[in-house]
Amino acid sequence: MTELVAVSTVHHDAHHQAAPKALFGFWVYLMTDCVLFATLFATYAVLHNNVNGGPGGRELFSMPFVLTETLILLTSSFTTGLAMLAAHRNAKKQVLIWFGVTALLGIAFLTLELTEFRHLVVEGNSWRRSGFLSAFFTLVGTHGLHIATGLVWMVVAGAQVARQGITSATLRRLKLLSLFWHFLDLVWIFIFTIVYLMGTLPL
Amino acid sequence: MSHLVRVVDTQHEVGQGTLLSYTTGFILSISLTLAAYFLVVNHGLAGGALILTILGLAVVQLTVQLLFFLHLGRESKPRWNFLVFGMMVLIVVIVAGGSLWIMKNLNYRTMTPAETNTYLRDHEGL
Repeated sequence: MTELVAVSTVHHDAHHQAAPKALFGFWVYLMTDCVLFATLFATYAVLHNNVNGGPGGRELFSMPFVLTETLILLTSSFTTGLAMLAAHRNAKKQVLIWFGVTALLGIAFLTLELTEFRHLVVEGNSWRRSGFLSAFFTLVGTHGLHIATGLVWMVVAGAQVARQGITSATLRRLKLLSLFWHFLDLVWIFIFTIVYLMGTLPL
Repeated sequence: MSHLVRVVDTQHEVGQGTLLSYTTGFILSISLTLAAYFLVVNHGLAGGALILTILGLAVVQLTVQLLFFLHLGRESKPRWNFLVFGMMVLIVVIVAGGSLWIMKNLNYRTMTPAETNTYLRDHEGL
């Protein structure tokens, strides 16, 4: 019971009901986002052999490069977890540090992805080249767009925490943000496996 | 109230417990990623078995991250989050699996005579 009292000082009464509802609502959003990605995965799966005489995944993808991207995103998912642990401890400075690390890793990931895209486009393998490349850019690009959105959100949330500290309102937003970021890592597992790993296999 | 209790739990567990779960999830995820990567790069298995194995590894990693990062299993009853998750999986299976099924069937039915001969020779042993 003593812990209960301690918590209610952190959570203002008005927010007691708001936090679980917000978490559930956001979870439902994430699941519908999964359905969006599923349609893009289905499109990719149908079109991935339609290279129209152009290069396929085996010629285009650099595996060590993709592994680096994957490990960076995975690590950023872990540092988000560390940030949330700090948030539950009410340790504002550590929250900012770990979300800062997460944001840097996210920026590194996005930079690598855009480098890959630029490389492909410069060599004439843009989304206009073939059905395979259209599907590839749409799927991977949509994921990248989510990462970019997450980064903007992270900056805003970081600024709020810096100004207001860990309150029930900022803690709730951090929870949603961390769910979002972990979710993007989940989607990437399947992009890594289906697009990149399976794309480099002989048919 | 259930949420309050959960917050108490996480505050109580902080330190070893939850840090341990994040670290476990992280190490397992990295191992699974590297396992799939090196299987593919070194051609550890042949054709169909390799594809099934790396898809299996991806699903295991999905489960690991759902449990250790998204805490899907630590929900109190009723498990609405899990229910919505199940519905999502069902829709994903229908959309992705259904698309592949339909397109495979369509390809099969719209082959040229030459393709039909090759197909029958390669896949049906005729």
